[in-house]
Amino acid sequence: MTEPLDLEAWSCPLPLRDHPNVVMGHGGGGTLSSELVEHLFLPAYGDSEGVLAQLGDAAVLGVPGGRIAMSTDSFVVRPRFFPGGNIGDLAVNGTVNDVAMAGATPLFLSVGMVLEEGLPLDELDHIARTMGAAAQRAGVRIVTGDTKVVDAGHGDGVYITTTGIGVVPEGVDLGPHRVQPGDVVIVSGPVGLHGIAVMSCREGLEFGSEICSDCAPLNGLVDALLGAGVDVHMLRDPTRGGVAATLNEIARSSRTGVEIVERDVPVPDDVRAACGFLGLDPLYVANEGKLVAFVAAADAELALATLMAHELGAGATRIGTVVEAHPGVVVARTGIGGTRVVDLPLAEQLPRIC
Amino acid sequence: MKYLDEFGDPELARALLDDIARTVTRPWAIMEVCGGQTHTIIRNGIDQLLPEQVQLIHGPGCPVCVTPLETIDKALAIAATPGVIFCSFGDMLRVPGSSKDLFRVKSEGGDVRVVYSPLDAVQLAKDNPDKQVVFFGIGFETTAPANAMTVKMAKEQGIPNFSLLVSHVLVPPAITALLESPNRRVQGFLAAGHVCTVMGMGEYVPLVERYHVPIVVTGFEPLDVLEGIRRVLVQLEEGRAELENAYPRAVSAEGNLPAQAVVREVFETCDRAWRGIGTIPQSGWRLSPAYADFDAERRFDVSGVVAEESSLCRSGEVLQGLIKPVQCEAFGKECTPRSPLGAPMVSSEGACAAYYQFRRLERPAVTA
Repeated sequence: MTEPLDLEAWSCPLPLRDHPNVVMGHGGGGTLSSELVEHLFLPAYGDSEGVLAQLGDAAVLGVPGGRIAMSTDSFVVRPRFFPGGNIGDLAVNGTVNDVAMAGATPLFLSVGMVLEEGLPLDELDHIARTMGAAAQRAGVRIVTGDTKVVDAGHGDGVYITTTGIGVVPEGVDLGPHRVQPGDVVIVSGPVGLHGIAVMSCREGLEFGSEICSDCAPLNGLVDALLGAGVDVHMLRDPTRGGVAATLNEIARSSRTGVEIVERDVPVPDDVRAACGFLGLDPLYVANEGKLVAFVAAADAELALATLMAHELGAGATRIGTVVEAHPGVVVARTGIGGTRVVDLPLAEQLPRIC
Repeated sequence: MKYLDEFGDPELARALLDDIARTVTRPWAIMEVCGGQTHTIIRNGIDQLLPEQVQLIHGPGCPVCVTPLETIDKALAIAATPGVIFCSFGDMLRVPGSSKDLFRVKSEGGDVRVVYSPLDAVQLAKDNPDKQVVFFGIGFETTAPANAMTVKMAKEQGIPNFSLLVSHVLVPPAITALLESPNRRVQGFLAAGHVCTVMGMGEYVPLVERYHVPIVVTGFEPLDVLEGIRRVLVQLEEGRAELENAYPRAVSAEGNLPAQAVVREVFETCDRAWRGIGTIPQSGWRLSPAYADFDAERRFDVSGVVAEESSLCRSGEVLQGLIKPVQCEAFGKECTPRSPLGAPMVSSEGACAAYYQFRRLERPAVTA
């Protein structure tokens, strides 16, 4: 027995104009592609100077003198929406922050999107608008982009790659070569929020109160530090692998030892509880709106005061110092007075059995 | 944070350490049975803070570490079978089998998934009636009740596509084996608090009496562990051998009776091979005949899988407390968390991994 015909609901399948979802044609370079750019991306990203609207093969930009800082990052987070943000915030702030960690002022972003056939356009619109708002907040312009579509089942909704360009002001020189014994290590606020927010959402875990991602642009905080005249030696944002991975990378690249006081690392109660529950170490959990600063000892108080005066650095805390001993290795003084090596994680942390 | 921070309080820790220092007059060797306690000890540097006469021996209580190689190989074979969704706790994924691990099987196209609760695997089976869903049911008495619940639910609700690959191990027979060993050095035990939360304390009474050895049920936070050590030392110094409960906020004498009931219904005791140690009589649980239909070893023919341990790896001696991880020649050389020879280098509860993560700066002063 066949289903009865419903002639009223029938429509001609040919004019593929008003789709509620992404179809293959949106990546085909034809009318659908240009409609997507014109009606969805352009208004969402904002384009005050009309560079994006030219839709040229390349954006041509004027930059102030100085050295260029450039960084690229791909974002494949699942779920795409999580407490405190979505993949769009991450894609803008993540690259803005990477550029800012070089002491540069981020200016321009490119956005490459790989969309999966079937992604609701409403959702894409939401993500694109979030990116526009995030770019505006960070004071950067989205000046070029690209869109591809893959068959349903061959992607995870949307993957975003952003590339950022910034200018390093005269006299600013940050990097592992400047890290030296005696430097003070500061983290700009409580750690572990982003990783736990995403994980609790992904695994359907609830921990009483909702833990929100800390996703935010850090270039303002960097400006404040440098503007206050703090002798900053190195900056890094502790994203994947958390504070532990960041400190290990810096210890290795600068060939110094890092000693932290475990109890001084600010971990919110709910993050600590979630980590305890899952068998994770908050030192290894990702952040998206925090920086770790290595500053000259004499400027430690100034650095803390400057960070704390900024809304994104209110929870800034001194967590350790750089030492000559054990170069390349991070050691933590434990809560009860012992010591341990804080190792670089091999891969993702795995939840423990019991 | 309530019930967490106060059990890591530095001043109280100092007071307990001072108390321990005043108590000890001669050398003693104490074993913490549970891998969770090993982790706390190494992570917090507790062993460095104890008087030199007190030696902590790390016991075989890491479920990941003692799961036999053969069982891992069976898991790998099942996970690689088309149409199977293989579910496991996270830290089993990196445990090396004879030639690969579950991560590798996943990268080769196997459907391997990490679940937080075994019951999530049952739900997966309901949601995917055209797939065979297998849960890797390993662990001590701690994880057994939830694992038992999976097959009980699968049977009651008629979920034919779910099965359990079981390799449960039990603490009291392992302690007995250690006490019977001619190499025995352990003079007192910290019993695993979580195991006793489920099983109660009754099983340890005969051990204390027969072997005249102090056993103190101990928790997992730094102060819990210090208090357990302190109580064992007080008993040893006074020549007493009693069963004490230093973890009363979680452990009662009778334990969790409903949990014990479901375990008794679903599992039966059997001999069990422990990785690196050998077979210990009546030291494991397997599915009872009433639940044999849900046994993954029967459902998938893996009886042909046999395996042999690496000859370099001395994890058996580590797990029996005969050597410290750093005393193994392969430690940090052929064997690292990146390419582990034995399971204790894998799990964060494994003694070798704990030493590698937290103690690489140390080199052994003596070799065993």
